[in-house]
Order: sequence, then structure tokens, then C-alpha cells
Amino acid sequence: MKKMVMVGVAIFLCMALAAQGQTESAGEPVEILISAAASLTDCMNELKSAYTAAHPLVTVKANYGSSGALQQQIEQGAPADIFFSAGAKQMQALKDKGLMDDATIQDLLENKLVLIVPKGTTPIASLQDLANAGVKRIAVGDPKSVPAGQYADEAFRSLGLLDAVKDKLVYAKDVREVLSWVETGNVQAGLVYETDAKISPNVTITAVAPEGSHKKVIYPVGVLKDSKHPDVAKDFLSFLFSESSKEVFAKYGFTVI
Amino acid sequence: MFDVSPLWVSLRASLLATAIEFVAGLLCAHKAMGLTGKRAWLLDTILTLPMVLPPTVTGFFLLVLFGRNGPIGKLTGTTVIFSWQATVLSATVVAFPLMYRAAKGAMKQVDPDHIWAARTLGFSERRILWKILVPEAWPGIAAGAALAFARSLGEFGATMMVAGNIPGRTQTIPMAIYFSTVGGDMRTAWIWVGVITLVSAASLALMSRLSKGDA
Repeated sequence: MKKMVMVGVAIFLCMALAAQGQTESAGEPVEILISAAASLTDCMNELKSAYTAAHPLVTVKANYGSSGALQQQIEQGAPADIFFSAGAKQMQALKDKGLMDDATIQDLLENKLVLIVPKGTTPIASLQDLANAGVKRIAVGDPKSVPAGQYADEAFRSLGLLDAVKDKLVYAKDVREVLSWVETGNVQAGLVYETDAKISPNVTITAVAPEGSHKKVIYPVGVLKDSKHPDVAKDFLSFLFSESSKEVFAKYGFTVI
Repeated sequence: MFDVSPLWVSLRASLLATAIEFVAGLLCAHKAMGLTGKRAWLLDTILTLPMVLPPTVTGFFLLVLFGRNGPIGKLTGTTVIFSWQATVLSATVVAFPLMYRAAKGAMKQVDPDHIWAARTLGFSERRILWKILVPEAWPGIAAGAALAFARSLGEFGATMMVAGNIPGRTQTIPMAIYFSTVGGDMRTAWIWVGVITLVSAASLALMSRLSKGDA
């Protein structure tokens, strides 16, 4: 028993020393954390690597989730440096609470809400057709925390479909979960962003939510007031607004504003 | 208005799950006691695995097996995914090992002389299970059931994957907590956190009461 405790202490000390050595020897490495909407996962991963390739001392970590979940984490003190939201509402909420560096907030991207079905199944031609009896289950994001779900909810309301589809809706915790439920064929249709639909070979886009049926899908981004490395965070932000990043965003189907 | 449906969804799922686990756990534990060597090890591993696997892995297996394109989904031509039955399914699978292990542990403590005596009197193995093992090992078995109930009640990960989040149908208390928290509705989250903490604490109190004298 005593021996085991000693070994445990020794291991712990080694790890602590190793960690110490790391921070002292490598100059001044900096780590920044980005809280980004789930729909940004693939393009942010690519942009992260591009940035760190040019800035070897900077490590960029990303935390992906529904914008509502990320907002809550930040409110509860998550040490994020940048918030990249899929909805204006979540960004506004953090701004109202005084957690953002207001001057840094800008709208960066626009996306589209589309109707998808599993590949190889009968296409559902429009949002109106979701009311048909043949459609049993439709996946959307949870409207309270997932912007994609909020836009879907707005679209159903403005098209007068909410009562007809209400009992068929399954609410996902983020937009990527909607995608996976459609991919596996466990729902007949889902509402996701065009960019999510495009990365999946297993779904077919059958319709785009009509213009004006929901608020524009805008992605605002900004630096947090409590960021430990505001200069690096701002530099990363300007990198996101650069021409080369625009190309990456466009490749994944986003419209750069 | 405050929606109380998660309470009913959760209770329905965990009570039914506990009933299924109870019977299946006893039968499997009894079966496992009769096995030795590699086969005993294999059965034990498979039956205990959901206890240590991340619930998302259990959820993944269930989704793949029972999903529309999965072998069981295809065989039965129907799918339990996103139905209230899916909440029972995931709660059952995740909490089953607790019942199984508790039952096996308790039944192994039963005096073998009693079992041999019953055998000489011509009892069938099934009858030994219900007439000797279960009554004698009852405190441990009941404690296992209480623990399994508490675990079923708290199930979130696997349930989210196979039952989805449908308020009034598959939205359990843990799910209501998750979605009200990330949706910024802390009041609702607090209420459900309070409810589930109380019920879980009560289950544990019941468990220690049931297993008194046994442990």
C-alpha cells in the first residue's frame, strides 16, 4: 500500500515537472480556445490547422456544440477566447451580459436552411409536404438552444405548418445530431444548414426553406472580454476575415458577408 | 406553464426497465453461476460491459442494431427508435449490469448445502432459483434492483441517441435538465435537478435499508 502511494506520488511529480518544463522551454506558446457552433466543425478544423501552421507558437483549440450550449458554458465561466455563434440571439445574450468585447463582434457568414432526406428515399419536395401523412418523423434542432432549430421553428410558423408537423418533430441537441439521424434513416426528413448537408454523402437536399420564412442565418463572431490572450484572439479573428479563409468558408458552402 | 411530462416519461421508463432487469438479471445471474471457465468469463463480460462503456457507445450499438437499417429493425420491419419504448430499451441495457452483478454476488453467498439439499429432494434448477436462491439472497437482490432503478432514472447519453428528445413522449428528466440548461431556462433546470436528486437519494436510502444485515 505504502509503495503504491509512493509510486503514485512519483508519477504525479514527474507529470508536474514535465508540464513545468514545457511552459518554460518553448518560448512563449499561447493557447486560445474557440467556442464554435457545431455546423462550423469541418471548416474550423481546416482553418485552425492553417493558422497554427503559420503561427507555430499558437495552439488553437476548438469546442464545438450548439450555440445555446456554448453560450451557457461561457456564462458559467468557460475559458473561451472567441465565440463563433450560428445565431445572433446567443451572441446578443453574451453581449447583454457584458461578456463580449463588443468592438470585436462582426457578422461573418451566412448559411441556408435546407430540407434533407436519407439518400435513396423518396424526396420530399417542399416544407409543405412534411405535413403529408407519409412523413412520420422529422428531426430539427431544439429551438431553445440550437439556432438551426430556431430557424426551423420560425419557418414552420410562418408557413402555417407548425400544427401539422408538431407531433412528428424530434428535437436534437445540435445540428450535427439532426444530420446523423437523417443519415441513418431513423427519421424521414430533417432541417439542417446547407453546409451540413453538403458534407454528408448519405443525404439528399430536396428543398431550401423559402426566403423570408425565417430570419437570415447569420454567424457572428467576436472575442470575449475575459480572454487571456486578446491580441492572439484578435489576430485569429482577422485571419478568419482574410481572403484565404473566405475561400475555405466558401468551399464548405458558406456565404461570406 | 410548467411541463411535468418528463417525470412521467422518466418514471415509466425506469419502472419498466427495472422490472425487466429484475427478471432478466436473476435469470442471467443464475445461468452465469452454473458456468465455469471461458464461457463464464465471456457471458460475464458481455453482460457487464454496458456498465463501463460510455453510454454513447451503448447508444451507438442500440441505434445500429434497432435502427431502421439495422438487423433487428429490418427483421421486425419496424423500429423502436424515437418511440417511448426506446427510453425503456436504453434504460434497461445501461442499468442491467447493476442488477445482474448484485444478484450474482448475493446468490453466490447462499450456503451451497441448501442448494445441494434441494437437489437431493429433486428440485429443478429453476425451482431452486425461485425457492432457495432468491429468498435467501433477497437483501442483496433488492438492493441491486434499487440501484438499477436509480441508474435507469439517470440515463441520458444512450437515451438521447435512440429515443431522441420529444417533449411529452421521450423527453426524460435528465434530458429536460440538459435542454433547459442550454436553452437558458435555469429555473426549470433547478426544479428537475432537485427532483432527480431527491428520488435518487431516496433510492439509495432504500437500498441501504434493504441490504441491512447483508453488508
